[in-house]
Amino acid sequence: MSYQPSPLRLQREEARRRASRRSALIAVISTVVIGTALTIIVTGAPGFKAVRQSFFSWHYAKSAFPHVLSGLFINLRVLLVAGTFVLIFGLLIALARTSRSPVLYPVRLLSAIYTDIFRGLPLLLVLLLVGFGLPGLGISWIPSSVVVLGTISLILTYSAYVGEVIRAGIEAVNPAQRMAGRALGLTQTQSQRYVVLPQALRKVVPALLNDLISLQKDSGLISVLGAIDAIRAAQIDTAQSFNFTPYLVAGALFVALTIPLTRFTDWLTRRQDRARVQQGQW
Amino acid sequence: MLDILTLRKSYGSDLVLQDISVSLKEHEVKVLIGASGSGKSTLLRSINLLEGIDDGQILLDGQDITAVGVDADAIRSQIGSVFQAFNLFPHLNVLQNITLAPRKVHGVSKSQSEDEAMHLLKRFGLADKAKQYPDLLSGGQQQRVAILRAVITKPKVLLLDEVTSALDPILIAEVLTLISELKSEGMTMMIATHEMGFAKRVADQVLFLHQGQILEAGSPSDILEEPRSTELKAFLGALRDAGRL
Repeated sequence: MSYQPSPLRLQREEARRRASRRSALIAVISTVVIGTALTIIVTGAPGFKAVRQSFFSWHYAKSAFPHVLSGLFINLRVLLVAGTFVLIFGLLIALARTSRSPVLYPVRLLSAIYTDIFRGLPLLLVLLLVGFGLPGLGISWIPSSVVVLGTISLILTYSAYVGEVIRAGIEAVNPAQRMAGRALGLTQTQSQRYVVLPQALRKVVPALLNDLISLQKDSGLISVLGAIDAIRAAQIDTAQSFNFTPYLVAGALFVALTIPLTRFTDWLTRRQDRARVQQGQW
Repeated sequence: MLDILTLRKSYGSDLVLQDISVSLKEHEVKVLIGASGSGKSTLLRSINLLEGIDDGQILLDGQDITAVGVDADAIRSQIGSVFQAFNLFPHLNVLQNITLAPRKVHGVSKSQSEDEAMHLLKRFGLADKAKQYPDLLSGGQQQRVAILRAVITKPKVLLLDEVTSALDPILIAEVLTLISELKSEGMTMMIATHEMGFAKRVADQVLFLHQGQILEAGSPSDILEEPRSTELKAFLGALRDAGRL
């Protein structure tokens, strides 16, 4: 005897279909209304014509694009180098701060002080201090390239953040896991390496990617030292033409660069959340 | 094999173990019973050095493992421990969970430790789970994997701390079967449990702990059928009322 859906079920399904059709309709209407209102407000503004000319000029966008793009390659290189070092230093700081070894006490103390200082200092200030202060010391082996100095500043600031993120991950691993490792005869270091750290890093991947996105944007701040990155290139073009479109070009390129990373982070976070719900840990 | 001599342990002013003396011979199985908070877990955690003790000694094959300067990691590698909450490593699959200690602590090669692990998994009907991660296993399967993880290194003593307390009756049965098989192979064990039927089946001796002291010790039938102290009578009475005896 094959299963016949009861009238009750058909009725229920029809009601659900109606509800979802209704939601879709409301979403469309709401989008059209708000979109129209925004367009009217913006295009109806008294200064709209002037703004369109100085910020949305196709002519200046085309002429600035090659310069801004070549500047963006500097941002990308800075991001790759800084990102790598930030992850390494962040991990070392987190390990130092969570270790209980008495030998490492001074390292623990230094890491704590370092983190306090560089999480508190505005990045702009670090850039200015490192960018203009370090070369001022006149030590021969200190690099004078503004791009290198800017990258050092980013590493100094972001290592402090990333160190805290990883430390939070380590502390979020159930202590019973470490205990189970020790009960098997693993040493303190082995438990950290094979049991705690892999779990901690999995937990903080979305947060780390978030910091990486932020680093990507902040790489534009090295322009204050004079490095000709995307923002600086746009600034030079603007100074020549008195048209602000190059800034918009730079902005669009930065957004285009971060979108893949943000989408990836969102996807990863959703996947982890789903896994947790399936395991009933919510 | 394992000698506990006048062990004493307190948390602050709270005396959790006093004058505990137990001798566990090779191939012997001793079962600890008693209410929650009677000190069963603390005693087991003291033996594998997860808890420091205040006074007394614990000897493993004549060596004082509680002496100052003993390498605790080396001692723990000779003692197997299984916990109520399984504590499998969620980022490792079953095979990796079981082979971690042989490889990292005992220096066994990857291929040899995996052969041994697969051999164990096959024997206990878990071979098809080798590549699965713990969160996909039932509680009974997880606990059996945790037991295999503890015995693969051939520990001198196996400590089981309420290993069935988080399981439903059907899963309890499969875990207890595994433990019975270990007994028939001669594994030396100290077991804390609330399963009196199981205690009766595997125990060579049952110890009744009450407020940190061993009040009664004897054969399973003596302890469970002819309790002498009022405390043990009350404990067994409560179990009976709860339908667990």
